[in-house]
Amino acid sequence: MTTRRIVVLTAGLSTPSSTRLLADRLAAAVTAALADRGERTQVQVVELREHARDLADHLVAGFLNTALAPVLESVAAADAVVAVTPIFSASYSGLFKTFVDVLDRDALTGTPVLLAATGGTARHSLALEHAMRPLFAYLRAATVPTAVFAAPEDWGATAVGTTLESRVARAAGELADAVAARPPATRTDLFADVPDFTALLKG
Amino acid sequence: MQFGVFTVSDVTPDPTTGRTPTEAQRIQDVLTIAKHAEQVGLDVFAIGEHHNPPFFSSSPTTTLGYLAGVTETLQLSTSTTLITTNDPVKIAEDFAMLQHVAGGRVDLMLGRGNTGPVYPWFGQDIRQGLNLAVENYALLRKLWDTEVVDWEGHFRTPLQGFTSTPRPLDGVAPFVWHGSIRSPEIAEQAAYYGDGFFHNHIFWPASHTKRMVEFYRTRWEHHGHGPAERAIVGLGGQVFMRRNSQDAVREFRPYFDNAPVYGHGPSLEDFTRETPLTVGSPQQVIERTLGFRDYVGDYQRQLFLIDHAGLPLKTVLEQLDLLGEEVVPVLRREFAALRAPGVPDAPTHASLVAARDAAGTEGVATQEKEVA
Repeated sequence: MTTRRIVVLTAGLSTPSSTRLLADRLAAAVTAALADRGERTQVQVVELREHARDLADHLVAGFLNTALAPVLESVAAADAVVAVTPIFSASYSGLFKTFVDVLDRDALTGTPVLLAATGGTARHSLALEHAMRPLFAYLRAATVPTAVFAAPEDWGATAVGTTLESRVARAAGELADAVAARPPATRTDLFADVPDFTALLKG
Repeated sequence: MQFGVFTVSDVTPDPTTGRTPTEAQRIQDVLTIAKHAEQVGLDVFAIGEHHNPPFFSSSPTTTLGYLAGVTETLQLSTSTTLITTNDPVKIAEDFAMLQHVAGGRVDLMLGRGNTGPVYPWFGQDIRQGLNLAVENYALLRKLWDTEVVDWEGHFRTPLQGFTSTPRPLDGVAPFVWHGSIRSPEIAEQAAYYGDGFFHNHIFWPASHTKRMVEFYRTRWEHHGHGPAERAIVGLGGQVFMRRNSQDAVREFRPYFDNAPVYGHGPSLEDFTRETPLTVGSPQQVIERTLGFRDYVGDYQRQLFLIDHAGLPLKTVLEQLDLLGEEVVPVLRREFAALRAPGVPDAPTHASLVAARDAAGTEGVATQEKEVA
């Protein structure tokens, strides 16, 4: 049986962060949901905060350093991605977007992606739909229907309507279904798809 | 093995004095640097092509034509010549002319260019960059290798009964290198034609350069030019030296921190670790440069970038002195001792003429038939 690789991107800035807390709950739920479907998983959590300088260096100097390059390879080779960002100024954070900007255009094509965010008030929740989802649509990622937003009150008293736990479970189930329906992801190789020059010559 | 310098021709303020050389001064400085490169015993001088400030070098063959007249042994090259936005007919004419003026001491490196607006300024579309490189180079080869050309393509007006003049010196076109930082398609192009592949090797980690060169070597063998280890590879590199390595770091840091291309980003220490940049003593430069061979194999040309980011002329000439007196003689000896048997030198005009003549009269016969 192949092990499915899940990459969790978390763009929280404090330590500990509620964004990481949400990311960990989603990772656990995805792992459990895949286990229910008979799939083994391996989860790699990427704290984008730890790559803040790598990303800034890339913006300025234009090269991927040896700390960042393997992360991009992992994302491109993932069976699924869980992307969690704090909502800043009505959208994903700059750090999160900077990371997405560095991805190869085709890195997430067809990859099942679970979108999630944290914010200071539940009134920011639709940022997932008007900012996060279009970004991943541009990348041709296969986002699952349920996106999970965690407001401060979700961590405390019983919320009105659906609970965070139930939203996490529903989204994780959707992602697990999408992963289980697909063959294991293969690593892409920049050098594998170069056409023979005689084909290039024919234009 | 050939050693030399390549310049991007930037006119940049010296961050330690705030003084910017005039364009006129910087052009004279670069000519001085090239002449000094020959005087200290280096083999190659290459200059880039740009069409926007702060760079001055829009017309490399003019610069190289002058240098041909004031040097004796220096191999004159480019880094790079834009195969995408130049008319291949003009490239064929300019470099054949330069060959004659320089007595054959000419090769060129083709690249696609990294300045987006240059494409529209020259009536092209950057999204066609790769297709332009493929079609334009196919035409360039034809113009040099065939006397009378009938040709039709996508990007330029067709040619009927066209002869590019002057004809290449001794009927042999200048050797061509293809430079690319990240496009395997360009390595494939170099391999297909049996041309050289040059990796800039300045902005990216060694692991990437290694993969590009490996790919080129594999494809070179695939296309029937011989064993992979005999493919023609060139590398860039960037050094700053003082006898005492701490002095080198102290002196170079403000230039690094404010460099137009990567300044205000990674630290000097990060960049030194992640890329081939070496700031230190001549001995450190020798050791680092010898290490390049560990991941690209035996290679034919090593060019250093030493004159950018506002470094004053006097400092650059001192770098050349150190290269010529202390670094390159050791590198020549050490690389030669390590080199596997059968690995060729970088092609020169003389070696290309000899190879053509050794191949017999076949080429001559073709040429005569086409003249007839």
